[in-house]
Amino acid sequence: MKYFKYLVLGTLFGIILTKSEVISWFRIQEMFRFQAFHMYGVIGSAILVGMISIQLIKRNRLKSIDGEPIVLADKKFNHGIWIGGFIFGLGWALTGACPGPLFAQLGSGIGSAAVLILAALAGTWTYSALREKLPY
Amino acid sequence: MLELLQQPWPWYVAGPLIGLTVPALLLVGNKALGISSSLRHVCAACVPAGIPFLTYNWRAEIWNLVFVLGIALGGFIGYRLMGHPDVIGISAATVRDLKAEMHLTDFTGLLPKELFALDNLANWKGWVFLVLGGFLVGFGTRYAGGCTSGHAISGLSNLQWVSLVAVIGFFAGGLLMTWVIYPMMF
Repeated sequence: MKYFKYLVLGTLFGIILTKSEVISWFRIQEMFRFQAFHMYGVIGSAILVGMISIQLIKRNRLKSIDGEPIVLADKKFNHGIWIGGFIFGLGWALTGACPGPLFAQLGSGIGSAAVLILAALAGTWTYSALREKLPY
Repeated sequence: MLELLQQPWPWYVAGPLIGLTVPALLLVGNKALGISSSLRHVCAACVPAGIPFLTYNWRAEIWNLVFVLGIALGGFIGYRLMGHPDVIGISAATVRDLKAEMHLTDFTGLLPKELFALDNLANWKGWVFLVLGGFLVGFGTRYAGGCTSGHAISGLSNLQWVSLVAVIGFFAGGLLMTWVIYPMMF
């Protein structure tokens, strides 16, 4: 039951991704070809609203509903950030989907999403196995 | 109102709602939005194989798997129950380019069936788009420590310059694929 709130938020998130069509390969191609503002508008306004929200949380020292102080970990730089980012970018343009949209595509009933998710799991597993040998 | 909900949502509705997911997760459970981690948790739960990076208490991250399950449920509700257009309304320029450069003819659905139909696994196209593509997403996101949600949305919202480096990497890879590798493939 303690997980129910995450199911609700995830469902809303999935509906938003689906209704705004950001789970479509066509939309991602349109973005990488700079032929519409749609994707930039979605990502840009999401960041803006997220930024304002986090500032409000920090300035007012808001606590979570369990009464814990809200902590946001700083991300540390290593060379994996851009190398991995670049590799993901290649995959993003191929599949037209980042991980969130993959799960929304699966729910929408697209068979290819199941294959893509299995392949993504294989990629994550392979990274985990090779981790110590990769440059950072 | 109902009709309005059934239409594709414009960016200025969807974007801010996606942004609000960041504080919602923080306020509800002190959780940072990030979806690609779920792939790691599934690997850790199913095939840890003694790999140090996959040996941790993944049960503490079940919330993330539940969130992802919700996304799939949302995909079902948003697409199947709330209705969807037969053809995504992308710009005419994109349609023209995809026809000319990638020889696509079928623009129905969320993705081109000519590339993503499961029968394609019998030829190179299916392996590149379905298997290699998915593999690069899973490999790259973990190597970079996040995807569009964890770096672009969560990270940039929290003014993390490291996430900006990651997002530049995402776009560099995507642009190279779209503008250089695709033309060589088709």
